[in-house]
Amino acid sequence: MSETMLEPHAEEPLDTDLPDGELAKRLATTWGTAGGIIGALSTVDHKIIGRRYILTGFLFLILGGLAAVAMRLQLAVPDNSLIGPDLYNQIFTMHGTTMMFLFGVPIGEALAVYLVPLMVGTRNIAFPRLNAFSYYVYLFGGLMIWVAFALNIGPDNGWFSYVPLAGPEFSPGKRADFWAQLVTFTEVAALAVAVEIVVTVLKLRAPGMTLDRIPLFVWAMFVNAFLIIFAMPAVMLGSTMLILDRLLDTHFFNQAEGGDPLLWQHLFWFFGHPEVYIIFLPGTAFVSAIVATFARRPVFGYPAIVLSLIATGFLSFGLWVHHMFTTGLPQLGATFFTASSMMIAIPTGIQIFCWIGTLWDGKPIYRTPLLFVLGFFFIFVAGGLSGVMLASVPIDTQVHDTYFVVAHFHYVLIGGAVFPLIGAIYYWFPKFTGRMLGERLGRCHFWLAFIGFNVAFFPMHISGLRGMPRRVYTYPAEMGWDTLNLISTLGAALFVVSFLVFIYNVAASARGGDIAGDNPWDAATLEWATTSPPPPHNFDRIPFVTSREPLWAERETLPVVTGLAVDKREVVITTTTEARPDLKESSPDPTVWPFVSAIVVTVIFIATIFTPWALAWGAPAAALVMIAWFWPKSVEEDK
Amino acid sequence: MEHRVVRDLSDLPSYAFGPRMTMWWGTLSFCLLEGTGFALALGGYLYLAFVNPDWPLGPPPPLFWSGIFTLLMLASLVPNFVIERAARGENLFRVRLLLVVMSAAGLLVTGARVMEFAVLPVRWDFNAYGSLLWVILGLHAAHLVTDVVDTVIVTVLMFTRHGFGRRFSDVEDNAFYWNFVVLSWLPTYFVLYWVPRL
Amino acid sequence: MRCCRPALVALPLTLTGCTGWQSSLDPQGPQADTLATMFWVFTAILALVWLLTMAALFLSLRRARAERAGPLVLEPQAERSMTRAVSAAVAFTAAIVIALTVVSYAAQRALFSSHEAPLTLLVKGHQWWWEVTYEDGQPSRRFTTANEIHVPVGQPVLIKLQSSDVIHSFWVPSLAGKMDIVPGRENRLVIEASKDGIFRGQCAEFCGWQHAHMAIAVVAHPAEEFERWRENQISAAEPPDDPLRKRGMEIFLSRPCVMCHQIRGTPAAGKVAPDLTHVGSRLHIAAGTLPNSRGNLAAWITDPQGIKPGAHMPLMKLAGDEIEPLTRYLEGLR
Repeated sequence: MSETMLEPHAEEPLDTDLPDGELAKRLATTWGTAGGIIGALSTVDHKIIGRRYILTGFLFLILGGLAAVAMRLQLAVPDNSLIGPDLYNQIFTMHGTTMMFLFGVPIGEALAVYLVPLMVGTRNIAFPRLNAFSYYVYLFGGLMIWVAFALNIGPDNGWFSYVPLAGPEFSPGKRADFWAQLVTFTEVAALAVAVEIVVTVLKLRAPGMTLDRIPLFVWAMFVNAFLIIFAMPAVMLGSTMLILDRLLDTHFFNQAEGGDPLLWQHLFWFFGHPEVYIIFLPGTAFVSAIVATFARRPVFGYPAIVLSLIATGFLSFGLWVHHMFTTGLPQLGATFFTASSMMIAIPTGIQIFCWIGTLWDGKPIYRTPLLFVLGFFFIFVAGGLSGVMLASVPIDTQVHDTYFVVAHFHYVLIGGAVFPLIGAIYYWFPKFTGRMLGERLGRCHFWLAFIGFNVAFFPMHISGLRGMPRRVYTYPAEMGWDTLNLISTLGAALFVVSFLVFIYNVAASARGGDIAGDNPWDAATLEWATTSPPPPHNFDRIPFVTSREPLWAERETLPVVTGLAVDKREVVITTTTEARPDLKESSPDPTVWPFVSAIVVTVIFIATIFTPWALAWGAPAAALVMIAWFWPKSVEEDK
Repeated sequence: MEHRVVRDLSDLPSYAFGPRMTMWWGTLSFCLLEGTGFALALGGYLYLAFVNPDWPLGPPPPLFWSGIFTLLMLASLVPNFVIERAARGENLFRVRLLLVVMSAAGLLVTGARVMEFAVLPVRWDFNAYGSLLWVILGLHAAHLVTDVVDTVIVTVLMFTRHGFGRRFSDVEDNAFYWNFVVLSWLPTYFVLYWVPRL
Repeated sequence: MRCCRPALVALPLTLTGCTGWQSSLDPQGPQADTLATMFWVFTAILALVWLLTMAALFLSLRRARAERAGPLVLEPQAERSMTRAVSAAVAFTAAIVIALTVVSYAAQRALFSSHEAPLTLLVKGHQWWWEVTYEDGQPSRRFTTANEIHVPVGQPVLIKLQSSDVIHSFWVPSLAGKMDIVPGRENRLVIEASKDGIFRGQCAEFCGWQHAHMAIAVVAHPAEEFERWRENQISAAEPPDDPLRKRGMEIFLSRPCVMCHQIRGTPAAGKVAPDLTHVGSRLHIAAGTLPNSRGNLAAWITDPQGIKPGAHMPLMKLAGDEIEPLTRYLEGLR
């Protein structure tokens, strides 16, 4: 331990020593991603990982959407023999599983991975290697389940895999095991990202970004990360019990040996209801950002919205039993969950009213992102109100597990998450690529999607009330559901066309769209303070935040801090509440070990489907690659 | 956009201890999510105990090895506390010494845990009670083994040329996580070993 | 195997005329009546809320307003009045939510508090059919049937729900809300029909391959007609009198049919598939999949997996001249 080891710090160049152009170049080298395949697999840049996350999320949206198209074709006419029950059950299971686990949750986190570090004004996400690892685990899990489906061993018990149907007795074979392991994959990935987001928001905020200056987008993603942290362990525990019941003959859900099938439902819905808010909260993040920019004023009621987000987070854990109203629970208990389920309408209402207030006082500019947000209001409010009906135990006994519920949650999830998401893509596409998405095509996309969606899903309310249960692969002609179903299928076709327009718009604009510039919408948050697309190091100098709307408050020059290293990766750590600069922590360099670890973990997870011993021989292998990942590569890292 | 320099951060240190570091918050987040896992697993146990009128569905697990395990765990909190202080003081000698002690303690409690499994009165595939005992004990054992392996690696690390600077913060972080492993055991111990005796 | 399909479709469907025979909006009993009323009350109030919200959104977009010096130049007066407006809207929301909770709770208590009824049935869910047992104090008056419930008009009927395999859900929307059938538990539900008719129900919890074909018919009769039906069901099957049906009975009893099916009054005593003692009197076969007719019985026996893929009814190897006697025998079990 010689003294000199502690010395070289003094010789490292700081950004104070360099002129602007040179600084940007040197930082880009330091924070850049190497070329070649190894470079691509080693990257820890949150923007590159985020971009992959977003593209993969949309890939799964397309796959899940194609599954929906197949279902709509089968149900278009009664007594249809296009798809038999075996395939149909796999398809609706894949649709739900993909949309919830491979699209709904990851896509919100994907945008958070890309945007949160930019919005809080830092150079990379916290734990960037974990971030890379989580992406690969997510990707491999998704590929596993779709390959299983392609090989006709796709899961077929629904995305909720109720036992005993999914248990060892009634689902022999490996189908349900693939489902249980998919849950493990996606939960590992989702939890890792949630931890990164929490720490990024708490510790990596730019100096001056006190708690009450955090953008609403970031608040929503922050609360969302906590929801993930508290909700996902329930389904991981449940799916572990399920796979143990199936592979190691445990009896968690076997009523004959002291287990209980309802234990699965409790665990699943303890996760499953917050899950809905995990999908919806990123939607509120997008809406808050878009409303402020296009209404040309800060969102009205910032503290009310932040408190509503937190209240939504808490309440979302008190509702799970409303998925179980018809299981024969004690009546008094059910009433408590009626009250709490209705109560969550209040914080959601507060947010809606505040956004409408913002538009009322602002001067709205009707560009595509805002159109999608207006579509969100129309659809989501309707879905939320039909949710109030479902919260009532008596009404729920009629509509539970019917197409009324299918209509309800598509109004909530497509209205509350997908419409804002599409708006968000139109809004941030210039930041991601440097080019604007086509506006004319965007409007065309919006109207097709809006009309197609409502034509597809509104009739489902009626077919449900007229007795059509969910998850039926066909229905007899004399039920009188044929016209409604045919209309739904036609609407779905229109909805699909709207996505084709979107894909064309993205492909064409990525190459030939208008050049965006740093801040094409004159927006207020920090991601617009850097170039489009941002350089590897995000910001040449770390911004100093003086206002909740930094770019509207600082029109002339951007206040920044200096004194960071140029030739090694350093991020500013600030205090949790006041965001006073406290440390300059080093940020990890690229490495291929997270990728290798993800491969090892994938092999273990898939192998455990076939033999529980995989865990025994896999654990040392996993430990070795993790050591390789974390072992310091040089004494430089130790300082 | 033009920049206007308002502060110079050249003098900020590159590491610190406890909640000033990102790693501490990362560890805390993982404790939160794993703690939720424990709470739900124990909730599952209590749920099945409530649903089954004649709980436990087998003899309660014996107290000898589990008692030794619990006492060892509680005792390990003392060197663990001292190691946190030594790490903050960047006292390499004491840190190395205490890490060896903690590694040894870790291996010792792992041994006690193996004995705990060996004397469990019901197999996991006998009934839901056995399943719960094995899986909840296994869940805690997984955390235990992970942190013991981590402790051994950190011990080795501190005996190499890397044993300085922010590695002291890693030592502190490892000790912080050990507290979670101990604390998560206490309610688990109560539910698995004492609830069936109530 | 699909060859028989067109023939089936061509057969007259006895029940096509009944519109809304499985609709929660066409209530035929007091419970479904209350539920439909509640549904419409909720719909009216919530639709009003939706309209008001959309009107506010529309107005906020259409409102003419002055240019502002910059996005951060906010008028304190406007902010204050917006705070008041948003607070009022939130208070309004809270009031509605509380009112609806109270309405819901009151209805819940009224609907689900009583489990008393003069007639008690045990309904057992199977993959993918319904076993129905009419309980009675005298064991000799207990009997079992399948996929069809007959009830007297105007009398509450208590239904005990049990599962023999996975979770199902008993749901006859024209009469009552649904109740899940969970293995290891016995849930209870009271239904009542306020006029005679046939009300269709269907399993409402996904239960595997043939979840789509697990229907049940509830037939409500005037009381004396119901009693006649019950007396008939209690009795054992009449032995066949003509030679063709006798041959059909012999075929039935000499085949594996008896491993699963019961026909009271014969040696056939299987318990894992529907009781066929009075199968000829039922409206449908294969849990509401096909209307009951000799042609459909023949189709079902010769190709169960084509009609209901995955069903536990195996394919019987029957000679061409065995089908007619067998189906005639079954058809005659009234």
